[in-house]
Amino acid sequence: MPQVAPFYSLRGISKAFPGVKALDKVQLDLYPGEVMALIGENGAGKSTLVKTMTGIYQPDSGELCLQGQTVSLATPDAARSLGITAIHQETVLFDELSVTENIFTGHYLTHGPFKTLDWKEMRRQAMQILSDIEAPIDPDMLLRHLSIGQRHMVAIARALSFDAKVVILDEPTAALSIHETQELYKIVNKLKASGCAIMFISHKFDEVFAIADRYTVFRDGCFVGQGKIDQIDEAQLVTMMVGRTVDQVYPKQKLPLGDVILKAQNFSHPTEFNDINFELRSGEILGFYGLVGAGRTELMQAIYGVSENINGTLELQGQPLSIRSPADAIKAGIVYVPEERQSQGVVLDLPIYQNIGLPQLNQINKNGLLNQRSEYALADTYARRLLVKAPDWHEHVGNLSGGNQQKVVIAKWLATKPKVIILDEPTKGIDISSKAAVHSFMSELVEQGLAVIMISSELPEVMGMSDRIIVMSEGLQVAQWHRADFNAEKIVSAASGGLNEKTIH
Amino acid sequence: MKKLFTSREALLCLLILAMLLSVGSVAKDFLSLSNLLSAYNDTSILIILALGQMLVIITRCIDLSVAANLALTGMVVAMLNSSYPDFPVPLLMLFGMLLGLTMGMINGLLVWKLEIPAIVVTLGTMSIYRGIIFLLSEGAWVNVHEMSEAFMHIPRSLHLGVALLSWLSIMVVGIFYYFCRYSRSGREIYAAGNSPTAAFYTGIDVGRSQFIAFSISGLLAGLCGYLWVSRYAVAYVDVAAGFELQVISACVIGGISIMGGRGTVTGCVLGAVFIGVINNSLPVIGVSPFWQMAISGAVIVLAVIASSKAEKKSGRIILKSAAIVPSR
Repeated sequence: MPQVAPFYSLRGISKAFPGVKALDKVQLDLYPGEVMALIGENGAGKSTLVKTMTGIYQPDSGELCLQGQTVSLATPDAARSLGITAIHQETVLFDELSVTENIFTGHYLTHGPFKTLDWKEMRRQAMQILSDIEAPIDPDMLLRHLSIGQRHMVAIARALSFDAKVVILDEPTAALSIHETQELYKIVNKLKASGCAIMFISHKFDEVFAIADRYTVFRDGCFVGQGKIDQIDEAQLVTMMVGRTVDQVYPKQKLPLGDVILKAQNFSHPTEFNDINFELRSGEILGFYGLVGAGRTELMQAIYGVSENINGTLELQGQPLSIRSPADAIKAGIVYVPEERQSQGVVLDLPIYQNIGLPQLNQINKNGLLNQRSEYALADTYARRLLVKAPDWHEHVGNLSGGNQQKVVIAKWLATKPKVIILDEPTKGIDISSKAAVHSFMSELVEQGLAVIMISSELPEVMGMSDRIIVMSEGLQVAQWHRADFNAEKIVSAASGGLNEKTIH
Repeated sequence: MKKLFTSREALLCLLILAMLLSVGSVAKDFLSLSNLLSAYNDTSILIILALGQMLVIITRCIDLSVAANLALTGMVVAMLNSSYPDFPVPLLMLFGMLLGLTMGMINGLLVWKLEIPAIVVTLGTMSIYRGIIFLLSEGAWVNVHEMSEAFMHIPRSLHLGVALLSWLSIMVVGIFYYFCRYSRSGREIYAAGNSPTAAFYTGIDVGRSQFIAFSISGLLAGLCGYLWVSRYAVAYVDVAAGFELQVISACVIGGISIMGGRGTVTGCVLGAVFIGVINNSLPVIGVSPFWQMAISGAVIVLAVIASSKAEKKSGRIILKSAAIVPSR
């Protein structure tokens, strides 16, 4: 059989950031008219690779070949002029600009000698593309008025507005409902038929097998293997991906549940979530599962006092609770470990011990003077308990690995002796050993009678650690299961809007 | 079609009208055509500078050096005019604009290439430009009798009953409307300020956009240097001292977000006109200049409170019921 030449190839690409080798001599081939699935765990280097392929990062070594020619992509513009386009994981769009503008920013259509922007034509083409992908979005709308799924469709429309030969989709379905995902498959198949080389990044194996022709596996920034998708099965892929067979053991213990600690009733926000009701018992781990942008983080931030305009009631141990700011929440014994660790969780420029002491400077400095010794002693207790790896607690948090930063955040909140701890994607982007440490620590916490709420988008983690799972979809609480009834398929379907649509129609 | 007025701009319009009418009810001549035209003429320089400043603020920067730039170009053109009275004034204006452009480009380059925060750069160049005026003039004034007749007359010359100074500001408004809506550089300035990361991902050089904004702001300051000196018939070191604050105030009142990325030409012009109306109407009804400052200050604070309230209230749009789906 004659071998088709790859359209876009990467050879021996390496990329290092201070302290981390993100990519180590990786290779990859994209073929015209085929979908290549790039598979790897969080932190395997997928997003770095996408940025290298689209001119956002420059590789430290190695080469990029387009149709056999070595190319260098100095800027994102250079990549685009060669027909390489990407839909990035974090959709990078402009809130204050209209849909049409978001689609055409950077490659405006012009007419006349003064290169006057041709809004009429851009608007017409925007409407055309949006109707092609069956996204009923008004092209004149400002982006900030759109929902997350709609924004994603705009990002896709943007990628399609180029005359693209290489299309990279970085987790495009993470925020899409079942219906929207089906639409996306149709688009991908259209692009395939027109001869585009497509790279598809996804965590979901059913998607990979549904849509890909080939696969490439990365692990910890290294190339592991590649091949045709019909010559491999899921178990083999998983083994390649994690480097071991996966009966990942979650340190889950069967504990008797205590009294209700936290109770939310009719908890609502005008645009983010509506009518949320749940009870949380001591000794319980309550998992919140859903698509990216389902409103889970927003709900937790509301409980923590970050948001305004909240309706409904919260009760803590039977007492009605009024939380208007994070300070109120901490005082009541509710703490929140945010998903955005570096911007919301820690102060990177402060040493470990000052980060841990930060929420309770009042207790540490009783006579109004900073008592560094007791601050350090407090930090010492908790940093040791969490096995933070650092030469000493004077080390700046910015110099720690992601996993150890996360341990510092958790240590900080534990030191306040909370009753309820909310963990938002606690293991996102941290290495496997730190993950295991966080999991076993969660078990330890509930053993001591704390109640834990965990938001996670990783199904095995949610199913492995939770006593109960609440599924959210588009801001609504759509399903709830106890541990005995966990069923991966049902949970995923509920999160993707499956239940939602059935009950509505 | 895009709405001509956002609700904030409509509100500003109503406020301006209310002020005009209430002052007009006390002082009869206030609403006469000639007085309104002269009030607009008085505000023209502020409008021109505010538009330049608007672009800079949209890119998340600030230009504190506009007034110093204006004063320096004003001094240079005044000195040239007094030494070479026969040199054609239109060329002198062009020269002033080039000089202003150069100073704006210096600001822009420092922000772009050395990545120094704009507030630091322009705080520095503000003092430098003022210092240069002193070095050039040695503290001396250029007075009206040293200026040529053409130099004094041109901005005052009437065309269709309206002074050239006013026409210039109207032209600048027109060019800005086109630039902000129909030029690539103009749209890129909005994108760069709204989300620098997204702009970078889409291939826009954010620093270059900032450079362009500073250059335009400098060019307009240079133009205003001549206009100011001619209008007030004097040039000295402290010309327009502190005027940059009025310019920034006009932008803030006009709804230009100090966080960047948001603001319209219409809003900016209304903001400048608002300040112009305060400056022109309060003396008419006998309010002291100190109260004028306090009143425009209070308006700025209220404007900022109004816009920050509006921003805080909205959350992300997740619920289906909260998303707007167009009917087709």
